[in-house]
Amino acid sequence: MPMKLTLRVWRQAGPNADGAFREYQANDVSPDMSFLEMLDVVNEQLTAKGEVPIAFDHDCREGICGMCGLMINGSAHGPMPATTTCQLHMRSFADGETITIEPWRATAFPVLRDLCVDRSALDRIVQAGGFISVQTGNAPDGNALPVPKQDADAAMDAAACIGCGACVAACPNASASLFTAAKVAHLGFLPQGQPERYRRALKMVAQMDLEHFGGCTLFGECQEACPKEISIDTIGRMNKDYLTGMLFEPAENQKAAGAG
Amino acid sequence: MTLDARIPSGPVAQKWDKHKFEMKLVNPANKRKYHVLVVGSGLAGASAAATMAELGYQVSCFCFQDSPRRAHSIAAQGGINAAKNYQNDGDSIYRLFYDTVKGGDFRAREANVYRLAQISVNIIDQCVAQGVPFAREYGGLLANRSFGGAQVSRTFYARGQTGQQLLLGAYQALEKEVAKGGVKMFARTEMLDLIQVGGRARGIVVRDLVSGKISSHVGDAVILATGGYGNVFYLSTNAKGSNTTAIWRAHKQGALFGNPCFTQIHPTCIPQSGDYQSKLTLMSESLRNDGRVWVPKREGDTRAPHLIPDAERDYYLERKYPSFGNLSPRDIASRAAKEACDSGRGVGPGGLGVYLDFRDAINRLGRDKIAERYGNLFEMYQRITDEDPYQVPMRIYPAVHYTMGGLWVDYNLMSTIPGLHVLGEANFSDHGANRLGASALMQGLADGYFIIPYTIGHYLAGTKLEPVSADHPDVRAAERAVEERTKRLLSIGGKRSAQSFHRELGRIMWDKCGMARDASGLREALQRIPALREEFWSNLTVPGSGAELNQSLEAAGRVADFLELAELMCTDALHREESCGGHFRTEHQTEDGEARRDDERFAYVAAWGHGGEGKAPVLHKEPLAFENVQLATRSYK
Amino acid sequence: MSVSTLPAAGVARPPAGRVRRFWDSSVGKKVVMAVTGIGGIAFVIAHMAGNLQMFTPTAPAQAMHTYAAGLRKLGPLLWIARGGLVAMVVLHVVAALQLTARNRAARPSAYGRKEHHTSTWGARSMRVGGVVLVGFIVFHILDMTLGVGHPQFVHLDPYNNLRLGFQRWWAVGLYVVAAGLLGLHLFHGAWASWRTLGLRRPSDRPLHRNIAIAIAVLVTLGFAAVPVAAALGVFAPDVVQEVAP
Repeated sequence: MPMKLTLRVWRQAGPNADGAFREYQANDVSPDMSFLEMLDVVNEQLTAKGEVPIAFDHDCREGICGMCGLMINGSAHGPMPATTTCQLHMRSFADGETITIEPWRATAFPVLRDLCVDRSALDRIVQAGGFISVQTGNAPDGNALPVPKQDADAAMDAAACIGCGACVAACPNASASLFTAAKVAHLGFLPQGQPERYRRALKMVAQMDLEHFGGCTLFGECQEACPKEISIDTIGRMNKDYLTGMLFEPAENQKAAGAG
Repeated sequence: MTLDARIPSGPVAQKWDKHKFEMKLVNPANKRKYHVLVVGSGLAGASAAATMAELGYQVSCFCFQDSPRRAHSIAAQGGINAAKNYQNDGDSIYRLFYDTVKGGDFRAREANVYRLAQISVNIIDQCVAQGVPFAREYGGLLANRSFGGAQVSRTFYARGQTGQQLLLGAYQALEKEVAKGGVKMFARTEMLDLIQVGGRARGIVVRDLVSGKISSHVGDAVILATGGYGNVFYLSTNAKGSNTTAIWRAHKQGALFGNPCFTQIHPTCIPQSGDYQSKLTLMSESLRNDGRVWVPKREGDTRAPHLIPDAERDYYLERKYPSFGNLSPRDIASRAAKEACDSGRGVGPGGLGVYLDFRDAINRLGRDKIAERYGNLFEMYQRITDEDPYQVPMRIYPAVHYTMGGLWVDYNLMSTIPGLHVLGEANFSDHGANRLGASALMQGLADGYFIIPYTIGHYLAGTKLEPVSADHPDVRAAERAVEERTKRLLSIGGKRSAQSFHRELGRIMWDKCGMARDASGLREALQRIPALREEFWSNLTVPGSGAELNQSLEAAGRVADFLELAELMCTDALHREESCGGHFRTEHQTEDGEARRDDERFAYVAAWGHGGEGKAPVLHKEPLAFENVQLATRSYK
Repeated sequence: MSVSTLPAAGVARPPAGRVRRFWDSSVGKKVVMAVTGIGGIAFVIAHMAGNLQMFTPTAPAQAMHTYAAGLRKLGPLLWIARGGLVAMVVLHVVAALQLTARNRAARPSAYGRKEHHTSTWGARSMRVGGVVLVGFIVFHILDMTLGVGHPQFVHLDPYNNLRLGFQRWWAVGLYVVAAGLLGLHLFHGAWASWRTLGLRRPSDRPLHRNIAIAIAVLVTLGFAAVPVAAALGVFAPDVVQEVAP
């Protein structure tokens, strides 16, 4: 049965323009549509009327690339737990409902246009240390270093992060702790990640602070918003690694960790 | 033009080692003087950019997404093959090579495939060292599973997210080099044309997708790692942004396009639910191990599935292929589903679906066992369709998900434009007419980590390159051409959106150049596509301006290129008067409906040259010699 | 186009020593808050145990006197402990204020609509509750330690100071409300401090918090018990029989 919806959408012409909510009617919405397909239809109607369609980021539309991400009725990625915006379907809404659609809001995520934000801060956190320094070609045999299954599984749980930024969006402090901690935990669980483990935590935390993200107060909102259900336990791990690095990492590595 | 694949001489097992020794090297101190442009940041692009930067080259890397980590390699589920033989089950480099050549229905180059199999073992080591959390056994060693009908267990995997984890490994290596200054990363930047100076690829014209600014980047070599063009069908399992623009612009400038019609169609996707459908979602093929595929016997039977008694169901795969049944290969299962739907017996919205029924398996094994095997897939299905597959049979339909064709490259992965190298799905190289499961990830990483870092040095060391500045007349001319094309797209002032043209094109391609093709359908498509293209250039509307983030403009440029590529695909499909792999010509089948290959006439790579605007493409042939694997017919009876 | 290359958005600070960098980082400040918070919890529980000697069945005034005088006998150690407590409070408060400023700056424009899914009332009231508690502590030290404004304060007679002090109805209300606020503060703080330090084992239900709930309830009831009992007339008049040496 087709639904009628009122959309309250944040429109902003560019990074430096003022934005405001505008209302659109979406009639004839099928409950089987995905949320982004519903926006596609609205955009086709706007285009037909000669209006500029609503800009929103998306790519794979199967919940893995992390490119989509909207604040829907006050919840990052909408009301369904463990679901990205592209995997959310209109049957999660009621006929006649008003849906508020906003971009992620954080100092570190400036709005580029409408619902698109710049998340390159997350890339820079990875640049600061979210890797294992191995050059192509000098790897030992894949089975040379056994990895206990529980460690591999724990690493995989953390590595499932898709970098969508929902944790930042949902956090009342706009903190990127869950994103950063997921990477620290992924690499820190594996034997290959040990040599740089504490230095990595120092550097990634320093970069996270530099990017104007807020701090963690363990509200837990990030974990609830995370489409990949990454646990806030990773944050405790990150803090412990950070503290260990501060206390025991040699001075030269401390320096390399840059400003904090 | 004579095509020289530059395949090294000697026995197939020694070609690559010999070639590595014979290739010219760039002195370590000189590497930083070379600037390489890498377009695309998926498995092939990110691994190439990172590795070349590690060697000391200056690298600029471009992607249209907001971060290199979004590239569509991330969506690959199943796994990555490697001839490690950790399972002691008889695998070897030779066997992986053999399986890949045969699986590709004898339309791939033996030397490339052998090299791919050799390198496969290094890829796993590299990824493990990067921290890719592959599945492990309790003893701490790497786990394997069998995949895609292989008789050995050689597939490495990280849950159902192998592509994601491999891409994150490559992405992290890339970011490591960005931090060191070896790679400059340009995200939200789309390549719109290739720049040639003196007959060599020397740069690219890009559009900054945020500000709309069009600018040029010049360098000493260009690498395209921009993925496949399955989105020419509009509906595919590709990401929405996946496009052909980079390789198509290069093709129009002289790079030959190899086997454009070779498309792989995956049988188990979730069917379309309505006209608004924007993409198709793949579900693991493993479902066919326990599910039974059927449609109602009677046309237009709209009863609920549980009300249709067994006697009135057609388990058509079991009927047609009694020995393989529901496990028939991808292309066969896909075509059979299409036939059933074409005969009016399809189920679900629009009649484009067949049932994949777990009723018997649940009765036999119990619900818990089925949940244990397929729980996450059932959950995904239910999330999308709102139907419970434990109660109601799943509906599935085939969908396009990989293109074996791509720009023609030689053994060094260089196209017919000197200096232009093409990696991963964007090239035509290793999969012939059909790609085996878990091989795409392997090829992308082999190209990026282990092949291009050698062959790029060989090219650079062996070539005298004049310095090219940003205001070189050829650079300015290329930039102006892009600006004009952009202006033209914006100023048509018609009525239809780019998306509506894209949908219509997709429909034509799916009907006429999809799972089963015939001469009359292809001829019809070759009439309709130019007409649609003409309407596109006279009745398109693109709201907004070029000097801002404008997703309608991005889409319009991509659709314009798909409208040209589509014609080449149909031309290629029409010329290849045989059936092989993903290319099934209904005129060329055996009496029992199997593909009939014609090795006498078609054991070659069809490498098409651009004939010029409004002119027919020009066919070049690279003959394929099979010295190691005997030509044979695939049989699944 | 976003060219993402280090360094980034913020202005990198000049190289600094280890302690400075630790204090400047968001994680460092949280660690400071967690450690001082755990210290605070320990103090609060000890304080509460001392208070509950009010309920000593025989000669409660003497028991309270002996306890108070015993603390005085610690001499310089008492001053060190007091200094430590003040330092902990100052560090805790300053870190909290600075982190709050940082967190506010991280999201200058609010959402048009925002839902809270799991964050507790306790977590969201940490800042307001914390400020009120600091005010209360100042009042409490003036009232019950220094006797400023107390109607009948007698040095080293805590039993009667409390008994008589809580004959003021508004003081009973204030102390009970403060005990509640402290409980709420610890409901989040006792749980979050251990998690911030990464001292808890990973769990399937990381938001689960039995121990914190127990501490919060215990502390609230323990501190509310004395004023409520006093108001209900549970504490009979009693005198210190023997002044401790």
